[in-house]
Parts: sequence; structure tokens; C-alpha cells
Amino acid sequence: MQDHDDAEYHYVSPEAYDAEADLQSLDRVDLDAPTYVLIWRRFLRHRLAVISGVYLVAIYLALPFIDFIAPYAPAQRDADFIYAPPQTVSFLTDGHFAVTYPIESTIDLETFQAKFETNYDKPEPIPIFANCGPKYYLFGVLESNLRLFCPPEGGTLHLMGADRLGRDIHSRIMHGARLSLTVGLIGIAISFSIGMVLGGVAGYFGGIVDWFVMRAIEIVRSLPELPLWLALSAAIPANWGPVSVFFMISIILGLLDWPGLARAVRSKFLALREEDYVKAAELMGASPGRIIGAHMMPNFMSHLVASATLSIPGMILGETALSFLGLGLRPPAVSWGLMLNDALNLTAVTIYPWITLPLVPVIMVVLAFNFLGDGLRDAMDPYS
Amino acid sequence: MIRFLIRRLFTMAGTLVVVSALVFAIINLPPGDFLSNQIAELRATGQEASIAKAEFLRKTYALDKSLPEQYLIWLGVWPGPEGFNGLLQGEYGWSFEFDRPVGEVVGETLWLTVVVNLAAVLFIYLTALPLGAIAAVKANTWIDYLAAFIGYIGLATPNFLLALALLFYGNRYLGLPIGGLMDPEYEGKAMGMGKAWSVFLHLIVPVIVIGTSGAAAMVRRLRANLLDELSKPYVITAQAKGVPHATRVIRYPLRMALNPFVADIGNLLPSLVSGSVLVSVVMSLPTIGPTLLGALRSQDFYLSGFILMFVSALTLFGMLISDILLALLDPRIRFSSRTRN
Repeated sequence: MQDHDDAEYHYVSPEAYDAEADLQSLDRVDLDAPTYVLIWRRFLRHRLAVISGVYLVAIYLALPFIDFIAPYAPAQRDADFIYAPPQTVSFLTDGHFAVTYPIESTIDLETFQAKFETNYDKPEPIPIFANCGPKYYLFGVLESNLRLFCPPEGGTLHLMGADRLGRDIHSRIMHGARLSLTVGLIGIAISFSIGMVLGGVAGYFGGIVDWFVMRAIEIVRSLPELPLWLALSAAIPANWGPVSVFFMISIILGLLDWPGLARAVRSKFLALREEDYVKAAELMGASPGRIIGAHMMPNFMSHLVASATLSIPGMILGETALSFLGLGLRPPAVSWGLMLNDALNLTAVTIYPWITLPLVPVIMVVLAFNFLGDGLRDAMDPYS
Repeated sequence: MIRFLIRRLFTMAGTLVVVSALVFAIINLPPGDFLSNQIAELRATGQEASIAKAEFLRKTYALDKSLPEQYLIWLGVWPGPEGFNGLLQGEYGWSFEFDRPVGEVVGETLWLTVVVNLAAVLFIYLTALPLGAIAAVKANTWIDYLAAFIGYIGLATPNFLLALALLFYGNRYLGLPIGGLMDPEYEGKAMGMGKAWSVFLHLIVPVIVIGTSGAAAMVRRLRANLLDELSKPYVITAQAKGVPHATRVIRYPLRMALNPFVADIGNLLPSLVSGSVLVSVVMSLPTIGPTLLGALRSQDFYLSGFILMFVSALTLFGMLISDILLALLDPRIRFSSRTRN
């Protein structure tokens, strides 16, 4: 790579050598810092990955507080505002922090379609930190109906419009994030455990066990996922509650995803077994458990975390597809896929395009996981 | 080569057997079956004559036998009530919902499924090859970034929404037809120029939708491989000797970079077939997807079982072809197995 900045490699610091300097400070160029500092340093260089990471941490941390952040409860209906369009908001007007303009609906007597018109003459202030709507339990104990912001007194606040039952799409997207985002985590936990055990067993014992695991990996990898997901979730009894269905769906998503991880674990095992430090530990009489736990694990866990990050979006998309087709989560539950189920109707999409808005968070989360995973994978190898 | 082929065919047969067991287990997971539900319902309404028919069907399809026996009968390696009569003999079972043999129900949708997937594979090759090559040759220019951007869109947008958007805009601005795989007038008619053209027009949107994410992955793969090859000394030697630019890229580096490209189609196929099922449901294509969804919903398990088998077999067959192509393209793969044994 000739076109690299040569000066960088021949840089000599004019400052005197200080043996006491902090080895872990982030701005040291040399490589004698602990591995995690190096990884962190390298990770910070990927702007996009850092931004994605911050974004993901922020939305996952917000999940327990959704009831507080969203202006409506997920099942709250407003029969007068079926398919109402998004409302306009303006900030710092008329001495209020934020105002919204009410939407008035009239029925077109020729087509019998509700027509909505924004009335710009009547700004309504949006209450901030106010009590409104049905009560909820924060963390399951704290009863409250305090919300970050509320619809104005006697008015509505549909920031992203309303759906076919007059429910607020903005609030439902926020509530849907709970299931849509956790489905991937549970799924990955399951595929992680299956992959670790099978891959580890194959890599450690080798021979006939290895052969069987490898064949199983090949077979599962060669199957089209979606039809099998569909078949498995069609087998969930119809009388199960939303929570059990949710767990079953996550398990189903995890069940077909493990081959990639198992293969990664196996190849890491095989590679690391030949390393000198593993030999050394063996010669010193360390037990297999200690060798695996204390010497090999730290070396491949980081890689696994990176590849796990990369397979979460697949599960989120999988849940979306299943719910979209009507074989995933079931209606009292709220998820992005279920909301998009309404978008199956092309006519509705043409007239009320805002019902496809749940797609925006899906795309953003999937992209964020991909960028974060790419950045992590790159950072995990700080010596290259 | 022959030995490679035989070995590969044996693996595929073994895989198919395991897959069939898996499929049979999955379709028998739901409690109860279509017929018992139907019998219970008929008994409640008191239609004794129909019960007799249902009981007859139960006997004919050996639903009163144990599960392993049912499986072997379904496969066709165990004598059922009518002798050897299963998948192997070309008898796909009975669709309880449509009250017709499964073979009749799926009928034309089978080859249309194959056509859609083949077209998607073709689309992937035709777009990924030039795009990937250009992205590598012009690395870090706007064209490279554009390819990367399209790639990320393909990666993150759920198939079905891309389908809706393309349907909508394709119809509005380009006059592309919506839904189905041919104009209604050609439905059930023999193949001809008019029908082929109509199918082609209807294929455009679904194929783009199914193929985009695969093509995106492929472009990235090809770009990385070609970039590796391009920085090797033999390319510089060629440049020093005055080989023209295009020849220098196409003759050797591109051929080297093509290997993983062919191998990858095998890895892509499962997700491609998955995607085609989903997209078919959204765009109501007369492929196997919508039938599968209906069959799963109503627990019509011979129908869903056959479709699952068909879809898996299609994937496995595609992988077989990609392996054979790879072996033809790259002698190292053909010979590596021989030296190992």
C-alpha cells in the first residue's frame, strides 16, 4: 500500500520518554496496552459503528420506559380518527414550547370516505410531563399515568397518523419495539447456546462426533428458512397466550440459526488447540475445563459476539416476516411486523401511506446492527 | 470427475432422507390432524355419511397407524393400505382441504416456482457480475459508494415492502403489470410467444425484489475478491508489459475472483427460495408460496409436507448444480478429494 501516509509510520515524538506514563491512556500509539484497550481504541475509529452502538444502546435502555415516553397506550382507540393523517407540530409558538394543529374530519357524502383537514387557526398547546390516558405500571409496580407529553386537552396528537382502528401509529411503533427488539435477543441466546455446545463438542472431540455435527450443520444450512419457520409457527396451538407465543417464536427463530455460529466455534476450537499457549497449559497439567474456560474462551468469545451481532437483524426481519404473514405474534401483542400486516393491502397503502411507517425503525435497527457488527468484527483483531 | 459426481449425488440423497424425516416431524407437530377435526365437526352436526368417507380416507392414508409407519408409507418404502404408494412412486398424498390429490393442487405452480427462482438467480448474476467488477476496479469512487449504498438498502429492507413499493411505482410510472405471473387471457393455455412475453413482463418486479439482497451480498463478495487479485504482482507485470486495461482485468483476475462467486450461489439459494415464498404471498404470484401458507393454516399436512419437501429439494438440487459448476471451473476442487482418499 504505497499511497498510505508514510510519515505516520516514521513519526518520532519530540517529547522525552516517560516510563511512568499511563499504559492505558487512549492516545498512546504503541501496542503494549491491554487487549481490551486496543479493541476499544480500534472500535472508536469506526464512526458509523460507534454511532450505531450508541443508537442501539439508547433504544434498548428506553424499552422499560416506553409507557412514559409514548403519548398513547397501544390499544387506545379513537373511532373518529380512523386512518387520520399525521398531525403538524410546531415549536416555540404563541408562548408554548410545542403546539399542534387539530385535524377535523368530515365525511365525503359521495365516496363515504372520511376527509381530514388541518385547522391552522386553532393551535393547541401540547402538555409536557402531564397526566393523561390510561394508567400503566412502570416496572410492573409503580402505578402512574404520567407521560412525557400528552395529547392536548380534548384534542389528539397523532404524530404519525392513525391506523385502521384509529390507534396512534407513533405510540404503537414505540410499544411494538419491545417485542420486535427482544425477539432477536432471545433468539440469539438460543442459537448461541446450541451453536456453542455443538461447535465446541465437534471441535474438542473431533472424529465421529465432528462428522455428525458437520453433516447436521450442512443439512440445516441448506434448508430454506422461511418455509420451515412458517411450518413451525403454524404448529403453535391457537389457544396460547401472547407471551408464550412470543417465546415460542423467538425459540423457532433461534432453532434454525445456529449452524453459522457452530461452524465458527468449531473452527476456532480447531485453530486454537494448536496454539503454543494451549500446549503449554496442557504440559503444565491444566484440566481441559480450565484450558477451555481460562485460555481458549477469551480468545474466541469476542469473535462470537461480533458474529452474534451480525445475526440479530436476520431474526428481527424474520419476526417481521412471520407476523406480517399472520403466522407470528398474534394481535393483542404489538410488534412492527404485526403493524405492517395492515400494509399487505395495496389499496390501503396507496391511500394511507403512513401505515407503512413501522418500516422505518425496522430498517434503522437492521442497519445499525449491521454497522455495529462490522465495526466490532474489525476491532476484535487489534494486532492486524 | 465421475467419482466426484457419484459421491456428491450420494450425499444429496442422504440429505434428502434426513430432510424428509424432519419435514414429516414438523408437519405432524400440531395437535390433531385435519381429518380428526373434520370428523369431530361432522359428528357434531350429525352427517354420518360424510363421517364414513372421512373414516375411509383415514384408512386409505394410514392415519390410524403409528407415526414411524406413517412416515415410511409416505416415503413409499413401506407397504401402505394400497401397497407401495408414496413420494418415491410419485404419489404425493391427498389434499384434505381441496379434496383433490396434492399433485393436482400444486400442478402448474411447481414449474412457475422453478421459473421464478431461476430468473432470480440469473438476475443476480447479470447485475452482480458487472456491478461487482466495476466497484472493484473503481474502488472508493462514487460508483463504488453507490453500489455499497444499494447493497445496504437490499440488506436492510424487508423483501415484502420492497415488493409493495416496486409494484406501486412500477405500475404507475412504467405500466408494469400488478400481481399474478401472466395476463388472465393466457391462464391455462399452452406455451406460446405471447404467453412467454406476458410471463416475462410479470416476472420483472418479483425477480428484482427476490434478487436484490442476494445480488447485494454477491457484489460485496466479488468486489473484495477482485480487489485482492488486482493487487497481486502478476497484474502489475501485465501492466508493465502493456496489456490493455480491460484485458488485464478480465482475462485472469476476474476468472480467479469468479470461483467464490459460483460457490456462493449455493449458499444464497436457501434465502432466495425463502424470499420467493414471501414475495409470492405479497404479490399473489401463482407459485407454491401462497399454497403453502394456506396449507399450513388449515393443517392440510400432506399438501404442506409435499411443498416443504419440494422447496428443500429445489434448494439442494441448486446447490448440487453449483457444486458441479464449481468443480468444472476449478480443477483443484475436483482433485482435492482424490488425493485425500
